[in-house]
Amino acid sequence: MLLEGKKLLVTGVLMDSSIAFHVARLAQEQGAEVVLTSFGRTMKITSTIAKRLPQTPPVVELDVSNSEDLDALAERVREHVPHLDGVVHSIGFAPQGAFNFMEAGWEDVSTAVQISAFSLQALAKASLPLMGPGGSIVGLTFDARYAWPVYDWMGVAKAAFEATNRYLARDLGPQGIRCNLVSAGPIRTTAAKSIPGFERFEEEWESRAPLGWDINDPVGAAKACVALLSDWFPATSGEIVHVDGGFHAMGV
Amino acid sequence: MAASEQEILEGLAEIVNEETGLDQGDVQLDKSFTEDLDIDSLSMMTIVVNAEEKFGVRIPDEEVKNLKTVGDAVSFIQKSQG
Repeated sequence: MLLEGKKLLVTGVLMDSSIAFHVARLAQEQGAEVVLTSFGRTMKITSTIAKRLPQTPPVVELDVSNSEDLDALAERVREHVPHLDGVVHSIGFAPQGAFNFMEAGWEDVSTAVQISAFSLQALAKASLPLMGPGGSIVGLTFDARYAWPVYDWMGVAKAAFEATNRYLARDLGPQGIRCNLVSAGPIRTTAAKSIPGFERFEEEWESRAPLGWDINDPVGAAKACVALLSDWFPATSGEIVHVDGGFHAMGV
Repeated sequence: MAASEQEILEGLAEIVNEETGLDQGDVQLDKSFTEDLDIDSLSMMTIVVNAEEKFGVRIPDEEVKNLKTVGDAVSFIQKSQG
């Protein structure tokens, strides 16, 4: 099994449509022990959805914008597993105002950047006491090289997120810890549905991706996360693996 | 075994009460989740997920926006139970 005996922290499991839910499911099927995080009012939803995984994992509280939660993370995780071999970052948020590029104010933009980009550094740093050589951090992005319809300041936050991935690769590499991202095509998760006008991506993607694309299928992205968490990418860091049906490579 | 309309209503009222603190007696078939019961989208998600567990049904996300009233939810659950 790909993740035999590995211990993983998986953020971002909300519904069973969440990409992170499928990462947790596949990871367990591949032999990993999983701990989930959630926060505030979503704790209840995550805890209920967690029961739909092959083994019900513990859920620890982590609001990535709360420094007390970040400081306590290692201790909270250690109640369930002695160390971590991998961490999955599946966290993003932007206030509705951030989805109007020319009208957005700094308050909305700064929230988007804090929760969607800076949180990768915050999560990595908080997990570091539990990690050692061979450790792997994996995050989920949406290709930030382009300007997309409606994505707006979330797209800018994702550009910062992708840069954060590279700097983490630089600073964690000497400790033998990898940091990589999966750039997935559009998937109809709860997060995606909260983006006004998300459906504008959907048809375009299906027709342009040479492999085709199913917006209802999170498994391809989840499998790539599992692969990056495994020992089969031992020399890869700061990378972005596209799981988008080949869309990113096409000119038209 | 499929639950009756009344049993589903009572079960749903329990879930709503647990999530929002609303009195179970306020959860009636003609009540709108958003307008009458003042339930926001996050609470609605929690209620849906718990109802799925309790009644052994799946309520797809696309369907949730059609469940305007408690009665809509009760009949959807009843129909899904077959």
